[in-house]
Amino acid sequence: MSEKEKPRMPIESGAPDGWQYMHPALRKNYGMWDYHDRPRPGVLHHVSKMGDEVWTVRVGTQRILDIFSLRKLMDIIDEKGDGYVRFTIRSNIEVTVSDQAKVDPLIAAMEEAGFVVGGTGPSVTTLSHTQGWLHCDIPGTDASGVVKSMMDQLIDEFKVEEMPNRVHITTSCCQINCGGQGDIAINVQHTKPPKINHDLVSNVCERPTVVARCPVAAIRPAMVNGKPSLEVDEKKCICCGACFPPCPPMQINDSEFTKLAVWVGGNHSNARSKPTFQKLVAAGIPNNPPRWPEATKIVKTILKCYKEDARDWERMNDWIDRIGWPRFFEMTELPFTKFHIDNWRGARQSLNSSTHIRF
Amino acid sequence: MAIEPRKTPMLDQLEEGPWPSFISGIKRLRDQHPDERINKVTNDLLGQLEHSYNTRLGYWKGGTVSVFGYGGGIIPRFSEVGEMFPESKEFHTLRVQPPPANYYTTDMLRQLGDSWEKYGSGLQTFHGQTGNIMFIGTNTDGVQHFFDEINEYGWDLGGAGPCVRTAMSCVGAARCEQSCANEQKIHRLLVNNFTDDVHRPALPYKFKFKVSGCPNDCQNAIERADMAIIGTWRDDIKIKADEVKAFVEAKGRQYVIDNVITRCPTNAISLTDNDEIEVDNRNCVRCMHCINVMTKALSVGDDKGITILIGGKRTLKIGDLMGTVVVPFMKLETEEDYEGLVELAEECIDFFAENALEHERTGEMIERIGLVNYLEGIGVDVDPHMVDSPRQCSYVRMDTWDEEADKWFQRKAEEKSA
Repeated sequence: MSEKEKPRMPIESGAPDGWQYMHPALRKNYGMWDYHDRPRPGVLHHVSKMGDEVWTVRVGTQRILDIFSLRKLMDIIDEKGDGYVRFTIRSNIEVTVSDQAKVDPLIAAMEEAGFVVGGTGPSVTTLSHTQGWLHCDIPGTDASGVVKSMMDQLIDEFKVEEMPNRVHITTSCCQINCGGQGDIAINVQHTKPPKINHDLVSNVCERPTVVARCPVAAIRPAMVNGKPSLEVDEKKCICCGACFPPCPPMQINDSEFTKLAVWVGGNHSNARSKPTFQKLVAAGIPNNPPRWPEATKIVKTILKCYKEDARDWERMNDWIDRIGWPRFFEMTELPFTKFHIDNWRGARQSLNSSTHIRF
Repeated sequence: MAIEPRKTPMLDQLEEGPWPSFISGIKRLRDQHPDERINKVTNDLLGQLEHSYNTRLGYWKGGTVSVFGYGGGIIPRFSEVGEMFPESKEFHTLRVQPPPANYYTTDMLRQLGDSWEKYGSGLQTFHGQTGNIMFIGTNTDGVQHFFDEINEYGWDLGGAGPCVRTAMSCVGAARCEQSCANEQKIHRLLVNNFTDDVHRPALPYKFKFKVSGCPNDCQNAIERADMAIIGTWRDDIKIKADEVKAFVEAKGRQYVIDNVITRCPTNAISLTDNDEIEVDNRNCVRCMHCINVMTKALSVGDDKGITILIGGKRTLKIGDLMGTVVVPFMKLETEEDYEGLVELAEECIDFFAENALEHERTGEMIERIGLVNYLEGIGVDVDPHMVDSPRQCSYVRMDTWDEEADKWFQRKAEEKSA
């Protein structure tokens, strides 16, 4: 092979050093910050022990950024900010400036361009989500569209800090739950077992891998129409879809029977109580593009009850711990069903083994 | 215009409303971008997405695409309806590792955007839930060309598949007074020690590092990382008496009692008759609540370090698992301290590689073999901080009790003499 034809070998540099991309005030005061406050929703103010101050404006975007939107944001940040930017875990953009006088013009320019300033403190911040129908290979629903639809309805709560504590909402397009734990999580829940294309299974799927993937051992190898395939014990099947990624001929997604479920009380912080996982509150919600109004309605109902009844600093899980689950279902008018009672491993720990009952 | 825009009545409805619309963004690429290739790709992308909205089904399938020299880092996507939407029939994503805490200059973001515009769809996301920058949509050729270009100016692919994944870390010491650790250093030391395991998927399943500088755990590390590094401190909470008084004066005693004092999970904080805060630091569990509320008056201590929890993950396959404390406190001051952290990570990944079943996360493996076997495997001694409570079931064989008790007393004696 001639020198010219040799493929280029990668430079395995890994995660780059972020120091070169940080605002000079952040480099100067690294590890030296003293306190912070929030002069207004969407703005954080940090003061260092050396007396330096920075203001950070938090901005919500569509997350799937086209190059025009990216350049527009960069133009605003160059013109009104200091040219430095970071992203939060929920894909909000944070623009840090070292001159307070830049804050208001920066906010005005962002809002003028259609971006949304907020998402700080006790607000409903941007939903975290993944790819959905736009790019994922196993999605039961869309992600960006669900988020757009919900944020259109929740935008007023993004712009103010009027919730008891911060609200993290997530969406996930399958039960793998890439969106993660949230105060409210809107996740796909399939309600029928996979439909198997027996003509393709033996060509496409590594059958032992698929059998091993099932959480409830409902899949077994079988000969179907003279071909090696897989069969599902539909009485055991929990419709989780775990077999679908390793074996696409086991189609789990369905235009009618793929539903949405809402879970609440996931909280990753150690503040007050230990971190918590989200709990099921509503299911059977239609997967209804392009606006998913039924899911949004339930989310808004839960938020309304939380906002009215929770005390300052109570996250969703803290609030429900205090008022109890019966009151949660009473207030939200969501049905409590047999499906709310867990039967997975460790389920007994979720049962009430006391006379602690609120009347 | 050179192309006929596809009809998208469903998606058009997502252009309405006050939140920024990703559909409008994709349409701008279709209608306004000077490169006809991008116009065509995004037109067919919109067409396929509209088709999904109509049929309520997804139409992408995976495959095998990588760059020369690597085995992972790309999310390959081939359309199952490529004959209907040929221009976007290959629509692969590159996962690119961000710097710790996602800091960028506008210049660098412009440069990345410029490179992507040459070879890809012009769509990007900062960041995916894996922590990567997602450059969404190119064909197999574009993957290699784009990677070659950005790799030359400092960017590398992240993890995809059964490998060490891209790490994530919080805003950290760069802009947060609650930080108890050098998150950026930890992040890069750990993940960049395993670049081979990032780029060439050969583990039983994924392994994730996440770093949060304090117990608020903004990175969701305990719930999502196989190895969660959480900054903490072991001396006293720092109290500024004058700021406490100012806070009480501004907010009122009842506010302080209701929102700070009674919220302490271990009743370790009290307000005196002189409007002073007293903390029972021996019983403070470093939950952060009082510090979160009184940001000026209270702050983390000086004797900082990290807590390490192992085994967090989401549902698949045995249900959600949080990480478990494996190292209650580790000081990270000297280079030897940091080397100790990297060595522990190596032990964890080696043990995982050798002992986990296919598609089994570390947390599931621990569930299967028991924490004690895991600890012996990675060479860590048992510690009461690892449990919420000791064993409650008596069905256990304990005929080596005396030896185990001796180990404990020996360790305690060594700690005392150290």
